[in-house]
Amino acid sequence: MSSFKSQKPTILQWLQKNLFNNWYNSILTVVCLWLLFFGIKGILTWVLTQAKWQVITANLSLFFVGRFPQQLYWRLWLALFIILGLFGLSWGTFTKRLPRQMNSWLPFGWALSFPIILWLIGGGFGLQPVESNLWNGLLLTLVMAVISIVLSFPLGVLLALGRQSQLPVVRWFSILYIEIIRGLPLIGVLFFAQVMLSLFLPVEYRLDRVLRGIAGLIFFSAAYLAENVRGGLQSIPRGQIEAAKVLGLNAPLTVLLIVLPQALRAVIPALVGQFIGLFKDTSLLSIVGLLELTGISRAILAQPQFIARYAEVYLFIAFIYWVFCYSMSLASRRLEKELGVGQR
Amino acid sequence: MTPIWRNRKFFPILGQVIAAFIVAIIVMILWHNLIYNLHRLGLQLGFDFLQFQASFDIGETPIPYKSSDSYSRALLVGLVNSLRVIVFGIILATIIGITVGVGRLSDNWLVRQLALVYVEILRNTPLLLQLFFWYFAVFLTLPKTENQISLLGFININNRGVTLPFGIELSSELSTLILGLTLYTGAFIAEIVRAGILSVPKGQWEAARALGFKPNLMLRLVIFPQALRLIIPPLTSQYLNLAKNSSLAIAIGYPDIYFVASTTFNQTGRSVEVILLIMVTYLTISLIISSGMNLLNRSVQLKER
Repeated sequence: MSSFKSQKPTILQWLQKNLFNNWYNSILTVVCLWLLFFGIKGILTWVLTQAKWQVITANLSLFFVGRFPQQLYWRLWLALFIILGLFGLSWGTFTKRLPRQMNSWLPFGWALSFPIILWLIGGGFGLQPVESNLWNGLLLTLVMAVISIVLSFPLGVLLALGRQSQLPVVRWFSILYIEIIRGLPLIGVLFFAQVMLSLFLPVEYRLDRVLRGIAGLIFFSAAYLAENVRGGLQSIPRGQIEAAKVLGLNAPLTVLLIVLPQALRAVIPALVGQFIGLFKDTSLLSIVGLLELTGISRAILAQPQFIARYAEVYLFIAFIYWVFCYSMSLASRRLEKELGVGQR
Repeated sequence: MTPIWRNRKFFPILGQVIAAFIVAIIVMILWHNLIYNLHRLGLQLGFDFLQFQASFDIGETPIPYKSSDSYSRALLVGLVNSLRVIVFGIILATIIGITVGVGRLSDNWLVRQLALVYVEILRNTPLLLQLFFWYFAVFLTLPKTENQISLLGFININNRGVTLPFGIELSSELSTLILGLTLYTGAFIAEIVRAGILSVPKGQWEAARALGFKPNLMLRLVIFPQALRLIIPPLTSQYLNLAKNSSLAIAIGYPDIYFVASTTFNQTGRSVEVILLIMVTYLTISLIISSGMNLLNRSVQLKER
């Protein structure tokens, strides 16, 4: 049996087994090949002869960083360098090419890099300030997605714990918040944040557009995060909590040291899925007037010399979104395997 | 006598009182700010504006409407428009999702790969962008009515929309919205269907095969009913997402409830009332979808004791 399996099938055998093993699969194959042929032919003709890619090449910097002052690009390059460096180190320890001890200080590196990068982008404290309405394009998309997920994480975990709490008052407030937000479309939440947030704040507080956008994303994302974390909390067996109690841990310590770490590990795939969703959702901010990747594309399409070049622009930014989202989902699958989710 | 803080009920009750107190204070501060700010802007709370004349036109009116009608009538038109999208969308997305999900598990290599490419492209790009693409790059560049494209001989497509033989005419905005929502949601449903089918134990397949079922009958009578148990809960949340995502209609100018509500806000400045209306509408729609799906869910669950 094993010698039979290890034999490599010839191309003909492979074709017969995978494409033509019975009559309807043969028909399906032929139909698919026919569709593929015309599809690819049409796309190639368009890409090579009809599309005018100049709209992309002429606006490349607008797509990536928008109207960020050109003489300050070095700060963005430095930020990118820091991120890639940390990323490389993390990947190295993760795949065990670098010593394991790095694991203990890498989280601090990431935590420290967060304010530094924001400082590099926004300036202040000795650097020339760059107003947030000049951060556009992919830069703004990334900044908003990262800030929103980082800040919505603690809120989401608190809401999840609140929803699981023994205290009815806390539980009902959490449920109310989570269900109302999850019942609303994101664009409604963003509308609320853009238009009404300032109505609820004292007159002195004036948040700028970007901050209001981030606030909307946080309100929204926290509710969904809470539900994901709740799933993880529910998956922790009672025995774990009872064991902690026997060891003399009090309730807050039990949650912090025993329950949460296990719960969060169990929901890593869901959390990554959520981050991918949030990354895609930043595009909705273009509807409330922010110039992130989708918003700046609409601005580029409004240039008179590039009018009606929709397909080129939208395909290009779709490709950018796709690269980010797809690599995140690949990384999460890898992480899941490495942490042994569902095996231990 | 034991001191009161030794009582086991003391800390939970104290905690709740503190929590309620904090929430009450926050709500009071926010409410105070709101009233103050509205007063400063010369606005008052109230739904009387719903009876005022809307005086804007709506592109698509499935029920009679003219611009001299009231805001409430306009919102009703928007609601009907939303429901059209949601109902069509859910039906078509389910069909696409099941087809692609089964395709992902086909024993035909090419079909499997095509289904995978479809899922990975559609799931990893923003829905809004897909809507823009379908609307601006595809629908608006289609030929005019005179030389429209004919699919299968009876579906006519041109840059004004889609015409079906039995008298159904869909505008290009409505067609785009349904197309975009179904293709996007279909990709997510496909993965749910795939996971559901994979969850059915191998023994069930073998038993069905041993009983002599043909592949499609096996799938329909043995595998799928069991897979449904796993499929329905996540499917419900995809339906809810579809309903909420239909609000992206505003990006391509289809007059759904969100579009009409937002126009109403622009004309009247009644942000609090408008957001309340939006909330109530979507919460009601969500509630209807999820209670319907819960009924369905109950009917497919294992009956134990």
